[in-house]
Amino acid sequence: MELNERILKYLEGRDKVDTLTLASEFNEEHQKIVGAVKSVEALEMVISEPVKSTKWELTDEGRLVAEKGSHEAVLYRSIPEEGIKQADVMKSVPNAKVGFSKAMSLGWIFIDKSGAPLVKHKVESITDTVQDHLNEINKGIDNLTDNLRNDYKKRKLLQEITIKSFLLSKGPNFATSIKKLETDLTSDMLLTGSWKQLQFKPYNFSALGQPPECGHLHPLLKVRSEFREIFLEMGFTEMPTNQYVESSFWNFDALFQPQQHPARDAHDTFFVSSPAVSTDFPMDYLERVKKVHSVGGYGSQGYRYEWKLEEAQKNLLRTHTTAVSARMLFGAARAAFARRKYFSIDKVFRNETLDATHLAEFHQVEGVIADRGLGLADLISTLDTFFSRLGFHKLQFKPAYNPYTEPSMEIFAYHEGLGKWIEIGNSGVFRPEMLLPMGLPEDVNVIAWGLSLERPTMIKYGLNNIRDLVGPKVDLQMVQNNPICRLDK
Amino acid sequence: MLIKEQGDQAGTGVSEEILYRIDIPANRYDLLCLEGLVNGILVFQGKREPPVYKTTKYEDCNSLHLTPATAQIRPYAVAAVLKGVSFTKESYDSFIDLQDKLHQNICRKRTLVAIGTHDLDTIQGPFVYDALPPNELKFKALNQIKELTASELMELYSSHAQLKQYLNIIKDSPVYPVIKDKNGVVLSMPPIINGDHSKITLNTKNVFIECTATDLTKAIIVLDTIVCMFSEYCANKYEVQQCKVFAPDGTYELYPQMQYREELVNVDKANGYIGISESGSQLATFLSRMCLSATCDRDALRVRVPPTRHDVIHACDLYEDIAIAYGYNRIPRVAARGAAAGAQCALSKLSEQLRHECARAGYTEALTFTLCSRDDIASKLGLKIEDVPAVHISNPKTLEFQVVRTVLLPGLLKTLAANKKMPLPLKLFEISDVVIKDETAETGARNERRVCAVYCGRAAGFQYVHGLLDRVCAMLRLPWHQELGYYLRQCEDPAYFPGRCAEVTLQGRVIGKIGVIHPNVLTAFELTNPCSAVEINIEPFV
Repeated sequence: MELNERILKYLEGRDKVDTLTLASEFNEEHQKIVGAVKSVEALEMVISEPVKSTKWELTDEGRLVAEKGSHEAVLYRSIPEEGIKQADVMKSVPNAKVGFSKAMSLGWIFIDKSGAPLVKHKVESITDTVQDHLNEINKGIDNLTDNLRNDYKKRKLLQEITIKSFLLSKGPNFATSIKKLETDLTSDMLLTGSWKQLQFKPYNFSALGQPPECGHLHPLLKVRSEFREIFLEMGFTEMPTNQYVESSFWNFDALFQPQQHPARDAHDTFFVSSPAVSTDFPMDYLERVKKVHSVGGYGSQGYRYEWKLEEAQKNLLRTHTTAVSARMLFGAARAAFARRKYFSIDKVFRNETLDATHLAEFHQVEGVIADRGLGLADLISTLDTFFSRLGFHKLQFKPAYNPYTEPSMEIFAYHEGLGKWIEIGNSGVFRPEMLLPMGLPEDVNVIAWGLSLERPTMIKYGLNNIRDLVGPKVDLQMVQNNPICRLDK
Repeated sequence: MLIKEQGDQAGTGVSEEILYRIDIPANRYDLLCLEGLVNGILVFQGKREPPVYKTTKYEDCNSLHLTPATAQIRPYAVAAVLKGVSFTKESYDSFIDLQDKLHQNICRKRTLVAIGTHDLDTIQGPFVYDALPPNELKFKALNQIKELTASELMELYSSHAQLKQYLNIIKDSPVYPVIKDKNGVVLSMPPIINGDHSKITLNTKNVFIECTATDLTKAIIVLDTIVCMFSEYCANKYEVQQCKVFAPDGTYELYPQMQYREELVNVDKANGYIGISESGSQLATFLSRMCLSATCDRDALRVRVPPTRHDVIHACDLYEDIAIAYGYNRIPRVAARGAAAGAQCALSKLSEQLRHECARAGYTEALTFTLCSRDDIASKLGLKIEDVPAVHISNPKTLEFQVVRTVLLPGLLKTLAANKKMPLPLKLFEISDVVIKDETAETGARNERRVCAVYCGRAAGFQYVHGLLDRVCAMLRLPWHQELGYYLRQCEDPAYFPGRCAEVTLQGRVIGKIGVIHPNVLTAFELTNPCSAVEINIEPFV
């Protein structure tokens, strides 16, 4: 018979019974009894009520004493007839210090100082009452006086433990036999129709379900997808940015960034040693770029320095996707002009000092609009729309300096969660010295803005170290737990 | 503020006065010293008229003559004199500080321009700017006790905290620049150090300023900036005496130029550029508040660009100043122009679609670095770097940035190594660009978009990555066919286990590899469980 049925049988003739009683009655572990009770309680066949009782139990040391004798008895027995030096006996048995003092105070041993001091038996035989007591406790017989019990507790031989047990009584569905409960509905049951007679185990709705086996997208790239969608919703066309190696010409010179500009230092830019240079340029355009740098033109004074072709030929890893925007605008100038709205999100590279928020490579988000008569107001309005879709509804702008935009504006947004203004991007109107040499009509202005993909993502997910987001050291568990990206939530 | 800069302790006991942090744009050299900043604010607030800077006639005794030898090392020089200066401790410090800031900033750490300032009453012009071999140049440098040759000075300064960074500018030149007076007293050895003899002090009354340069435009800007800022302390305020600077061929120019340039701005264009509609006279007021005196003449603004504003090189620079004076945050929003048809780049769209397909197939997306070490793409994969068509970086700060990756696999293997605590099997993928050297490309290198996937378990599980490849190809409607679709052709590659590696072909063209990773490669990437991988170029599917 199953244990749970035995319990039901036992309870049949009684009103109440304690699970501890059942344990000793059936000679089973209490834990097992409790388990069986739970299974019938779930069927409302019994009702259990938790109760607490206390009981004395041997400690580990107590169990040792019960088995081998008290420390004083062990010591007593280790002393030979002719006696032994105290130092030797202390070494020969465990817990000799306690044993020795106890045996002395019990008058079992003495120190014979007639010759060299020796420890000798004082009585011929002893009764180890401590061992006897502990053995009784172990069997569940507890006739000790409180004094003695406290003494053993002090000697760390006994401990008082609290036992949680249950008091059982009959439940509404009480019966002495149990119907087997089914865990799940199976196709066999459907086939035979047996599901109509079978009883089903109640389902534990508070437990978690089985996690599905699935793949996962990377958190940063989920944000990238959202940004792409926002640009597409706003009618922007994606630029082909799959060209990490750029010439200095397209990365800097075409943007009217002078050749001595600090950004063109090896401290800031990764130059490429192989393939080291580019030589295939649209030469008439290159001449116009050279002219506007070195002597000016198009209403500009220029930077008035000696512009060097070798400097423009140097290959590098692009420091911004604006290199691609320049190529696109140059291409746009080759055809009859129509309004252009471009965007891109791709990797750029900076030879920067690395820290918790800076890597040598990151994703730049860039938006560009070229149209006749555009102005700062159009830029501000576009930024309003763009950033409100990212969940930033309050923007402020600060003057800034950028060699290829004028006016330039740093973009600040109020972050509701952080409760403060944060810098979220840069923007401006491309300089005429950049646009006119390309051959764009004079009344065409180009507004643009850029930001990194990583920074808003780190703010969104509350990350402090960029290496927790990008690179091989990223915790895949984080990737797998990362929720759907909803930028405005 | 103080707490931010010096730690919590410094903040205690400091007054509650509000401190402002002012960001100076990198092209506003006139705001680098307190004199210029205060002037800018007072003029903006309408409490002061912008100063009018004047030049006075040169004196022949203060001329500077360039010798032909200077062409070998620093070919340009300009000079100016400030008369009747009265320094206080604060203004003296500010004078030195401005030179420091200019040296760091527009002078590009003295490579483009180096400034020397001297007590004119201790020296006698005319002055000579020459270039001499280091051993023929001997003088007592600033704050030195005895005379040393140029070579000795260079040796001495090689351990000097500030000066050592400038030594390389002239170190290997056969001749070093030097400026002397008519008695041979050395004023300076640009761009390293001034002479001790002519050093300026709090008592200096007349200051001789020289700038030597490799870029004349920058030298003119630097000189104009210094003299305009500190002419405030001259006996005749805002007056600067010009110097004749003779070129080696005997022709001369007068410096400082301190030119007021007139720029014409169209009122409608300025309004349109910003998106406001203010009257011409209102725009003129905005400009005048920015120290750019302007008058309105019907639909045009005549703007006098002072010598302190060399950053103004085009009308658009004036539009910006108008916008700043107007206030960026006051510019009204405008309705967006008509709808435009957006479009995705085909390659990006395909990448997005395949990313979702791989994730649906049970693979987790990784995002690894584009830059890596040579070992990552060569020796660790059993290859020699010479045989890998990689783009090499000439100035990497660390080993991690030596090359641009030519293959995605190492990044995924590193990701596996960093995630050993995750339960097996682990299935990862990445869709990203590698860069391959290619002589036919404009820059000599081109990106290639790839998908790479790895499976890592108790067994290598080739069938799983193979299954993913089948799935991706099925989604691209490619049949399993040697000529018409995709196909596997056994090959050998040191990165893969012998006999368990194949080329993936598309209509007969190789587009990638698939196989069981070689145990040597696993060891190189510190992996202890077997892996299989597939990596293919997806550009043919666009």
